[in-house]
Order: sequence, then structure tokens, then C-alpha cells
Amino acid sequence: MNGEPRSGRIVIVGASLAGLRAAETLRDEGFTGSLTLVGEEPQPPYDRPPLSKQVLLGRTRAGDVGLPLRREVDARWKLGVRAEGVDPVGRQVILADGERLPFDRLLIATGTRARPWPNPSEARLDGVLTLRTSEDAAALSARLDAGPRRVLVIGAGFTGSEIASACRERGLEVTVAERGPAPLVGALGGTLGAFAAGLQRAHGVDLRCGVTVTSLKGDHGRLTGATFSDGSRIEADVAVVALGAVRNTEWLAGSDLAAGPRGVACDAGCRAFNMYGIVTDDVFVAGDVARFPHPLFEYQMLALEHWGNAVAQAEVAAHNMVAMAPDRRPHLAVPAFWSSQFGVNIKSVGVPTFSDRVVIAQGSLREGRLVAVYGYRGRITAAVSVNRAKWLEHYQHLIETAAPFPPGRGAADRSEPAEPVPSDVPDPQLLSHGPTVALTGHLPDRRLTLVRHDPPPAVAHRP
Amino acid sequence: MAPDTLFQRITDYASRADPYPLYAELRESGVTRQADGSYLVGTYHDIAALLHDPRISSDSRNRSDQDTVPLLRRGTRPAAFIGFDDPEHDRLRRIAMRPFGPPHSPGRIDALSAEITRISDELVDGFRDRDLIDVVEDFAYPLPVTVICRLLGVPHEDVPRIHGWTNEIISSLDLTPGKDEESRRAAGLEARQAMAAYLGDLSDKRRDDPSDDMLSALVHDSGPDGRLTRTELMATATLLLIAGHETTVNLITNGVLTLLRYPDTFRQLRENPALMPGAVEELLRYEPPVHLLPQRTPLADVEVSDVTIPEGAPLILVLAAGNRDPLRFDAPDRFDPARENNQHYGFGSGVHNCFGAPLARLETQLALRTLLPRLEGFQLTEDPPPYRRSPILRGPRHLRIERVSGP
Repeated sequence: MNGEPRSGRIVIVGASLAGLRAAETLRDEGFTGSLTLVGEEPQPPYDRPPLSKQVLLGRTRAGDVGLPLRREVDARWKLGVRAEGVDPVGRQVILADGERLPFDRLLIATGTRARPWPNPSEARLDGVLTLRTSEDAAALSARLDAGPRRVLVIGAGFTGSEIASACRERGLEVTVAERGPAPLVGALGGTLGAFAAGLQRAHGVDLRCGVTVTSLKGDHGRLTGATFSDGSRIEADVAVVALGAVRNTEWLAGSDLAAGPRGVACDAGCRAFNMYGIVTDDVFVAGDVARFPHPLFEYQMLALEHWGNAVAQAEVAAHNMVAMAPDRRPHLAVPAFWSSQFGVNIKSVGVPTFSDRVVIAQGSLREGRLVAVYGYRGRITAAVSVNRAKWLEHYQHLIETAAPFPPGRGAADRSEPAEPVPSDVPDPQLLSHGPTVALTGHLPDRRLTLVRHDPPPAVAHRP
Repeated sequence: MAPDTLFQRITDYASRADPYPLYAELRESGVTRQADGSYLVGTYHDIAALLHDPRISSDSRNRSDQDTVPLLRRGTRPAAFIGFDDPEHDRLRRIAMRPFGPPHSPGRIDALSAEITRISDELVDGFRDRDLIDVVEDFAYPLPVTVICRLLGVPHEDVPRIHGWTNEIISSLDLTPGKDEESRRAAGLEARQAMAAYLGDLSDKRRDDPSDDMLSALVHDSGPDGRLTRTELMATATLLLIAGHETTVNLITNGVLTLLRYPDTFRQLRENPALMPGAVEELLRYEPPVHLLPQRTPLADVEVSDVTIPEGAPLILVLAAGNRDPLRFDAPDRFDPARENNQHYGFGSGVHNCFGAPLARLETQLALRTLLPRLEGFQLTEDPPPYRRSPILRGPRHLRIERVSGP
């Protein structure tokens, strides 16, 4: 980078939430140089959270969820074009249409894509869909409008569960297949996983946990049903593959960057590492595709598929792209996300999977309104509310200040003290859908016991 | 005898016109125990911590010394949801929200826009040719009371009765000790009971003869949490009726007063009404109607800023002091309608965050839009104006303005 960070050429690859917010921040912070945004999808940036909720319920159309432009970004938009590579020496982004975009600084915000059904011929059956893009949502929404006899949802992470919820709200029969022990268990652990299972069943979902879909059946190219690993089979007109996300990093293969299936590694200031672990000074990364060290979680590399993280990280990345070194900021935001499904609002702060124990600190599972607080080695690392979101600010403060776990007694809406229980966060390999937060260093909790051959009895593993 | 503790100085009527220097003193002194055993909190971040702390109760029965329960709550069971904790608070509030806001009644408040503008226009037309106006009597009081009565379904001819009861209730909120304390308290209680009985009878009528108002919805509609009992309905409706206009009167009046003190901003707003939402937010920070929350009590020993507030102690959160905390807001004593990141305590925060906030915002924006063009050429007859007695619900008793030049 030359001496004047507010001029020059900046290229942003990825024209979704993180790319757009970064572009706006660059201009807000006085960047006067040339700005180019490259996006694989042909349409301008749009908002994804409504795709699995309002759009599937028919309350809004997939084409109507555009992201508001908060300011004019004065950029050249290259939409509908894939980036195919980065020339690290010539400092150029190579596009699928042959154009080469020279840059002084590059922001990688290519996000993730839906993990496809692994069997390509089955995946091609008419009626087998995924849900990631607005085009996907339009297609799925049209299928639901047509009134299928049964929908199969493969994977009970947040996306799969929200799809199942929309189907039930529309009165459609739905089967959910989850390889792990419960819905949402990969994000929220055992206690809330069991709660989510009860919620789904109470809403009439045919929920099957601990099974995998072994094959999708078709007739004349159309989906007709599926068979499961337990030998059972169902008939279904629509199958939604909700197996989590794949990070869009393949295009960086020749770039010398630390890019792989877990994302693009970067420092706390969003500067990408190269393949030798050396921080670059002109390549930045933000959003779902980034993995970064977080001090509240022992500097483990986190990759978050959260709306709020995309915004916060893009703003930090953009700031650092145009700031002189002493003015650069770290990305330290406490992770947070929310979901609405089966009539409840679920909101999370911190990283629930970074935990060994959990306690219901407020409310109760029976009421369906509660706050679950997660701890790791005696300090609070996350809190998840069900229809109790206004309390989360308190717990966020406890997370930020490394307050002891379990939290103190005396919550106004909890007359009986609750006892902490193991958080039962499964190994991501047990899930159909992969985690929405990937701790890409080591995993805490029981994963550590796998390498401990003779655990010393004096140190209780689960207090 | 001169008041000596900080809290006594804050509640002293002599401080009503400008309590802000005392609030600065409060922020400087941190979380402090007063001579009467209560704890006073005035910095933004300490207030945030306590408003979001599940161990802080709004239920006066949790006070270890019932004599310290402010007049506001004592003897007024059954309380409305403002005086309960979750899950009871949450249940009552959810039921009350069904006919008021999203997700079940998303358009209820917006649908009032035309009505609010029409009432504002009528009021303004009423003093079109006058050279002396009392903003409180002529505009800021009649507008919100008419709107909240319309929303709830209170007949217009009963508004004077509502006015009378409300005055008694608000007078009983005065924290200043005095020889008439007991009689004020008794009168306030009596007025509250009379209003509750009136609203109970009215809702009975709505049960047989429903209309499109909130009382009708509350007696007819039932959601997953069930329906309010008659007693709960009386308490809830009383709360909505009082809180639904007493605060807005002050917000509108404080708005006019502030804008008369900031003539440049006044001009900007008149020329560019698009700035009004930001101005109302800033008003809620700069001159909020509710200055302090006197009824919180810790359910455990709670530590904040290195001070332990003991379980059961009276806890008073001075929201208006937090709103002017220089650690949170740049130049906090400046009125700046363009202020960004203006997360004030004008509506409180946390689970008891003001139920009526959407209505108060809309009403004040529309009221000031209508009123401002008519105030050209007017000035205050006295500054500061005479204030109402309450240190909790703070606002001018009268705001007289006179014409100094042609319209």
C-alpha cells in the first residue's frame, strides 16, 4: 500500500451483505479511489434472513428482499460474473469473462454456498432443491405454493428447521431427517436441541433424528421419495437439502492465501494470511468466508455464518483498508444471531458451542420462554434466549467480562434454582448440516478427552 | 430545613426547572447510598447494567422495608404489568400488546396518523387568532388525552372526568414530603380506584357492544396466554390511560420549550419536517418526560461499579441523568436533532421498555409538525416556566407564549 490509503484501486469480490457494507464504509471513511464490486449473482445485493421465513410463507416475494443502500457507493458493479482467481504478484483479480481487475487492496467477501446433495444424479431430480440464494427461495416458494403432498427437509440446522416451520405454518406435511441427535443441536447443544425436537413434534413435524437419507428416489426424473439409514422410506414431492454451507474459497487456489474449506484465515484486523501464515497488507477478508481469532474464545479461529458478523466484520475490514496502521481496529464483536421458527424467537449471543455446561438461568423449558447460559471451564461464554431476547444484553456483558459460570442466583423470573448440566455439543461430524459457527482451531469440551488416555481422577471432567 | 442528601435536593421542587447540574453531581459521585437507605444511580452504563439485570425487580413487594416504597406503588394492588416481574409481567404485557402492536395488530398505531393530525389541526385552529397561548392547556394536554381515549374507547364526553382523576393521581406521585402527604396519597388512591372502576364498567359495555377500540379487543380477543381477568383489565387499562397521555403531554411541551430555546433548530425543523423523527428522539434524550424510576429492588446483592447494592434495598435509576452522561453522548448538554447512535433512556430499556413508545413517537412528531408553523413570532412569557411538582414525570405545568410580531 502506498502512503495514501484513501486513494488507489479497491476491488471487492462478493456483492452480498458484507461486500455492500464494506463498500459503504469505504466511502463513509473517505476513500476516493476507484471501487469495483464483483458479484456472481446477477441481481444487486439482497437480504438472506427473510428467504427461509417470510418468503417461504408467501408474505414477501424473493425478488423483494433487496438490501437498502445506506449511501451512494460510486462503484463499478460487475454482477453476474464469477471471480476465478487472484494473481498475487500482478495483484489482479481474474474474472470468468476474461477481464483482469488490478487492485491496490482487495477485499474477499465471497461467503458460502449451499452444500449440494452428494449424489449428482439424485440431486438433478426435479423437486430436489437447496436454499441459499433468492433464486432458490423463489423456486422453493413456488413448489410450496403448488401444494406438495410431503416435503422432506434433509438437515435440521437453522435453515432446515425454518423451512420445516414454514411448511407446517402452510399446513404442509413435512419430514425432517437429521443425522445428529436433535434439531439445532450443532449450534445450541443438547438441552435446547431436545427442546427444539419437542417443538417440532408439537407442530406436527415428522422428525427423524439419528438417521441419514441414504437415497432419493425418482420416477421419470421427478422426485418420488427417499430411503433412510434405518431402512424406512417415505414418499415426498419436494426435498430440500439443508446440509449447511460450503465456503467459496476454491477460486483462491492459486493465490498463495491461507484459503481452504474452512475459509480464509485472517488476523483480528481482517487482513488475510498467506499460505505461510504471514499476514498480508493488501488483502482483507470479511463475512461468512472469513475465519478469525477471537479473544473471548481463547483466540480460536472462528468462522461465523451470522448476519451481524458480516456487517461488523465488513465495517472493520473497510476501516482498516483505508486507515494508517496505528488507527486500525480489531474485529471483536460478540457473535450474535437469531431465528424465528414454530412460533418462537431464538436469539443467541456468544458461542454456545464453546462450552462444557449449560444452565437455564431464567424461565423454563416447560414455559417455552427461557434464557440458557453456557459456560466453559467456569466462565460464561454464551447465552441463548427463547422468547426472552430483551435479557440478552445482560448476558452479553457477562460474556465480555468473562464472568464466572454459573451466573448468580436471583433472577426475577426463576423461583427454583436450576443446576448446570453438560452442554452436549456434538462433534460437527455427527451433524447432517455442519455448524453455523465453526471453531476451526480445536474444539473445547469433550473433544479434549478423546486424546486423554488415562484421565486423572482428581480432575473432574464434568463438575 | 434545607434538603441535604442528593436525592432530597433532586426531588426538591426548587430543582425542578433545572435538575441537570444535580444529575452531573450524581454521575460524579457514582452509585451512592442515601441517608434513607436508598441507592441512587445516574451514569449511563450503570443504568444499562441494572435495567438489563434479571435480578432487579419491579415488584414493590420485594422491598425489605415497605415504608420506602414510593407513593406511586404503595397500596395500589392489583398492579398493572409495570409493577410485576417476568413471567407475570411478560404474560400481562403480551396480552395487552395483542390489540396494540405487531405481530397481531401491526397497523393499529399508523392508522391513527390521520386522526392525530386532524385533532392537532383543530386544536391549532382554536387559537389561531390569539396572542397568548398556554401550550399545555391549549394543545399538549388535550391532544394526547383525546388520542388515548379514542384508542382505548373512552367516550369523548368523559375526558374531563379522566382529567380530574389523572391530576389527583399525578399529584400523589410527588416525592417531596409535606404536611399534606397522606391526604394527597389517599386522594390519588381514590382517583385510581375510581378510574379503574370506570374502565371496568366501560369494558363490560364493550363486551356486549363491541367497537374497534382496544378495550373491545381486550375483552373479546384471546390468544395463547388467555384473556385478562376483569381485575387485570382494570389495572392494565388504567395504566395505559394514564401513561398513555401524562408522558406525552410533557414530551410535547418540553419539545416546544426546547425549540423556543433553540431558534436555529426550530427554523430547520419547520423548513425540513423530515428531520422531525430525529428531533423527537433527541428530545427523548435531552428532556425526557420520565426522569427517574423509583421502584426497582435487587433480589440479590448486586454489584455495580464496585458498589454492592444489598438485596431488598430501594434502588432509584435516574434515567435523565444517564441521558446526559458525557461518557456515552458527545456534548450531552447540546440539543442536536441530527445526533447519531442516540440510544437514550427516554423510554427506559430492557423488558419494561415503554409499551406506548410507538404511539408517543408518532404523536409527538405529528403534533410538532402541526404546531411549529403556527408558533412563528411567538416567545416565552417566562423562562423557565412553572413546573409541575413531580420529579418523576417532569414537565411544565403551563407553557405560556405570546405573540411578539405578526404571523
